[in-house]
Amino acid sequence: MTAQLDAQGIHKSFGANEVLKGISLKAAKGDVIAMIGSSGSGKSTFLRCLNLLEKPNRGRIVLGDEELRLVPDRRGELKAVDPKQLQRLRSRMVMVFQQFNLWAHMTALENVIEAPMLVLGLSRAEAVERGDRYLQRVGVHHRRDAYPAHLSGGEQQRVAIARALAMEPAVMLFDEPTSALDPELVGEVLRVMRSLAEEGRTMIVVTHEMGFARDVSSRVVFLHKGMIEEEGPPSEVLARPRSERLQGFLANSLG
Amino acid sequence: MIDWSVVAGALPDFIKGLQITLLLLAISLATGFVLAVPLATMRVSRHRWLSMPVWLYTYVIRGTPLLVQLFMIYFGLAQFEWIRESAAWTLLRSPWFCAWIAFSLNTAAYTTEIFAGALRNTAIGELEAARSLGLTPFQIYRRILWPSALRRALPQYGNEAVGLMHATAIASTVTLVELTRVARDVYSIHLMPTEAFGTVAAFYFVLTFTLVGLFRLLEWRFLRHLRRKEAGPA
Repeated sequence: MTAQLDAQGIHKSFGANEVLKGISLKAAKGDVIAMIGSSGSGKSTFLRCLNLLEKPNRGRIVLGDEELRLVPDRRGELKAVDPKQLQRLRSRMVMVFQQFNLWAHMTALENVIEAPMLVLGLSRAEAVERGDRYLQRVGVHHRRDAYPAHLSGGEQQRVAIARALAMEPAVMLFDEPTSALDPELVGEVLRVMRSLAEEGRTMIVVTHEMGFARDVSSRVVFLHKGMIEEEGPPSEVLARPRSERLQGFLANSLG
Repeated sequence: MIDWSVVAGALPDFIKGLQITLLLLAISLATGFVLAVPLATMRVSRHRWLSMPVWLYTYVIRGTPLLVQLFMIYFGLAQFEWIRESAAWTLLRSPWFCAWIAFSLNTAAYTTEIFAGALRNTAIGELEAARSLGLTPFQIYRRILWPSALRRALPQYGNEAVGLMHATAIASTVTLVELTRVARDVYSIHLMPTEAFGTVAAFYFVLTFTLVGLFRLLEWRFLRHLRRKEAGPA
């Protein structure tokens, strides 16, 4: 089976601080990979290196059968050789952010149709049709004409998920999608993500939600200090952690 | 007592002056806006060779009085023979042209800083979202950065427009017969300061609050997305 996403040996330093020490991750179609680890373990940075929101210092990124061509810049960080290729790969590997990052001056629907029109070249009518469909899909269609500031956090995050879905991407990256939400709003977002997983979408989810990792993910990756400490199916990794660090982490996050 | 016959008799002149004031304001504001959009884009550029010249321009303009800038253009340039002999001289000897240039360059500098500030204050997350979806830098400027920044700049830009409107009084020093010049003429004929300057003050007052009201409407229309609740224009 060919990998949908194949990241190899991702290294990243901020100054003298090496936050990623060579992380490799392969996701096949339909994989739901939960990345867990304490804050500072590098899991968000790794995710942001995949779509080059952070420039890695070393590594390879392959999406489908297309490798992102990278070249070192003056500071020794990798940048895309061809901006067009980067934009194309980004549009197929979209990200959902912790802080939602909706465009404040656009309504929910406008947020969702913007990129399909600009990046995928859809007509306005096609984009609206698609936008309505995905807003429906995440259960916020009744709020399609509201501005982000007038939506609850949970609604904003679901609009952000609809915005990502509207690109009909190959891979979805979730960067702690429920961490900025009030506890009572976490459930509505997790339910949407669970249903996406059940549809067979390829997802990489950086999360603190152990329940989601245990019940929904096909694989759990535990990061510690910029390295993969342990990985495997949740039934093994979460139920029978081998390393002391993961045992400690799990004890803390359950307690 | 106020001699209302003097005010009434001068009204046609004041109306003409008002037209000049409004025309000067409109063309200067429009030119300043058109200049400020690319200048502010350069001002926030990561490349110093783009941002530095704009910084210098706004620094110099904002560091000197508008009156001096107008005199430099209207009187100063005439000192140089090669300018007087150049083709541009037909334009540069015109007070209209000089006032337009001076006011436009002046308001462009202030507007550039207002816009640049709004661009810089754009939430970084909104830019990352745009990048992560594959938008090009040009698309991000056109669809995310500028629409968002212009909206947020509206209140400050409204102040700049009112300030420029008041500053058009300075054009009277280069023989343009705008509102303030009309008031001075009326005063010198009748020697009645209250009738002359009181009337012009009333004109400016009405103009100011018309402009302020106009910008309130624009804010109500374009800053809806930042209001907590739906409400009518204040």
